[in-house]
Amino acid sequence: MEMYRSHVLVCAGTGCISSDCKSVRAALQDNVDRLGLGKEVKIVETGCMGPCDLGPVAMVFPDGVFYRSLKPGDAAEIASQHLLKGKVVYRLLHRPAGSSEQSTGFEGLDFFSRQTRIALRNTGLINPESVEEYIARDGYRALGRVLSQMTSQQVLGAIKESGLRGRGGAGFPTGVKWELTARAQGYPKYVVCNADEGDPGAFMDRSILEGDPHTVLEAMAICGHAIGSSKGYIYVRAEYPLAVERLETAINKAREYGILGENIFGTGFNFDIEIRVGAGAFVCGEETALLASIQGARGEPRPRPPFPAQEGLRGKPTVINNVETWACIPPIILNGPRWFAAIGTEKSKGTKVFALAGKINNTGLVEIPMGMSLREIIFEIGGGIPGGKKFKAVQTGGPSGGCIPEEHLDTPVDYESLAGLGTIMGSGGMIVVDQDTCMVDLAKYFLEFVQEESCGKCSPCRIGTKRMLEILERITTGGGGAGDIEKLEELSRGIKNSALCGLGQTAPNPVISTLRYFRDEYEAHIRDKKCPAGSCRALLTYCIDVRSCQGCGLCVRACQAGAVTGRKKKPHLIDFEKCVKCGTCKDRCKFNAIITI
Amino acid sequence: MKNLEELDRLRENLRQAMKIREQAPEVSVRVSMGTCGIAAGAREIVMSLLEELKEQGLDGVALTQTSCAGLCHYEPLLEVIKGSEKTTYVNIDRDKAREIVRRHLIKGEIVKEWVTPDR
Repeated sequence: MEMYRSHVLVCAGTGCISSDCKSVRAALQDNVDRLGLGKEVKIVETGCMGPCDLGPVAMVFPDGVFYRSLKPGDAAEIASQHLLKGKVVYRLLHRPAGSSEQSTGFEGLDFFSRQTRIALRNTGLINPESVEEYIARDGYRALGRVLSQMTSQQVLGAIKESGLRGRGGAGFPTGVKWELTARAQGYPKYVVCNADEGDPGAFMDRSILEGDPHTVLEAMAICGHAIGSSKGYIYVRAEYPLAVERLETAINKAREYGILGENIFGTGFNFDIEIRVGAGAFVCGEETALLASIQGARGEPRPRPPFPAQEGLRGKPTVINNVETWACIPPIILNGPRWFAAIGTEKSKGTKVFALAGKINNTGLVEIPMGMSLREIIFEIGGGIPGGKKFKAVQTGGPSGGCIPEEHLDTPVDYESLAGLGTIMGSGGMIVVDQDTCMVDLAKYFLEFVQEESCGKCSPCRIGTKRMLEILERITTGGGGAGDIEKLEELSRGIKNSALCGLGQTAPNPVISTLRYFRDEYEAHIRDKKCPAGSCRALLTYCIDVRSCQGCGLCVRACQAGAVTGRKKKPHLIDFEKCVKCGTCKDRCKFNAIITI
Repeated sequence: MKNLEELDRLRENLRQAMKIREQAPEVSVRVSMGTCGIAAGAREIVMSLLEELKEQGLDGVALTQTSCAGLCHYEPLLEVIKGSEKTTYVNIDRDKAREIVRRHLIKGEIVKEWVTPDR
């Protein structure tokens, strides 16, 4: 690898690619070449850096300067001022909401400095297509150490001692899972990576695969040594084409270097990995459905036990872990289990990656130590709620999780505390909603999702969620009646207790938790036919504030139902009988004269 | 890759080029890159510094630029910063730059004859 005096890292995660980082990178390269800096400055494409809403983003080393919202036209200035003369281009720096100071270095930004990156240690910092960059940052050293210096028992002991728990949702202790599989009778044994990330709003697994694919390969091989397996599968969804491509590149490079294949590091250990591309069914994230899908069968869950540790892929003992869990393994081996166990809380060790989404200033990916409060994550790292709006709740765990209202914002984030609030850690999606979001509508959204994704094998999930969705539809459109809430509760209990798989059992969670914290909103919809958040259109009445109306006539022309009338320069009127509550007039009005009550 | 030693050797070779992405370099060398500096040949100085760092296998040295230091007649000019200690070298040429790497950065001795006259 050549040595350069400066590295410009351009984020090429899926988020930044969609905001055209490729042209920015090309323009930077052109300008660097034009100025004859090609031998001094290296432009590198990396995986996701995290602050996705600021993309395309770039970092310049060794200065650690962070540029955001780049356009190809900015490249000439960055090259001629910063890269040639060492002058930071101030107009392209990030100024966090509410802060008067710009920070030149990324370390001066709360978004970066408050994070502890273990699973994401390389993501956004290395070129994911270069195994050399991975090796330079201690890549495959943990595998080397495990194969040449540690017995299987020692590896199992280390993972158990670290306290690592599954990052995919349920939080099962990883070391215990490995040990059960190691002890199970049956041969061959398999190692599987669950990369079928399906929760709406969660994208940490994709980012790790796109930004640091080798870490997953290394961790799976370590597990292979620990449980006595020589074959691994990565099940990744087809909707992640870039992740699939980078994984393929990584597997090929690792094979070239002899890190995958036969007689790895001359120790006689064989291990190889194949990719299986899933067709994007949510249920295939459930481990038994995923294993069925790898075998070419229909992606449907089956009852457990037997657990995959006893009877997994092709009926053989199988370890199945999620991408983020795998990404924690090499650092645990290198730094020791005690180092990992010292981070986090008593029962939840280490860090967790969260995908911040929804009504929050800094949307993107952050990794924080377990035990940090929700308030710190949302208001300090996430930068709070945009537009001066009021925080209402945060949904964790996606469709299997629940919401947490403001009074519990100081709860430390760990598996037990979240469970105590009626939600789950899940895969780490964090969807923030503000005062304008209707909680009944939110629950309906998630239920719609599980309803559509239900595989249909068991009736509680297939029929029960459908009935629940119908009730929610009714409530949000003004047809709710007495007894609806009780029916929802009864159905929730039934589905929870009788659905076949984890996804079905947790499907009613969004309803249960919104009922727990926002029951009054349900009641307002049913009893008063009002939506307190002003979001369910069918329950709103549109009218014109005569003091603000200028009589411009825009709304008259916009209304397809002919419900708005009025003479020029005189306040207009909406005919409630004709109004279909489409909201077009409100969107068009320039004077905020159309109000909803 | 046949064994762990081979991986270790490879990593040592690669590490020098990647060290730049770790924050808080131990030492930084700043070359004055104003118009005056560039006119006096500062870009060549940067190249020869980079080559020398490479040849000497030095990592943990950040090679950066700064604007005109207001001492245009002393250009090309460079600063070596080690912790709180800053040394300014003036009227540098390519060979002097290389020698500064060898003497100041490696051996740790300040090359007194090339520093700013008032020091």
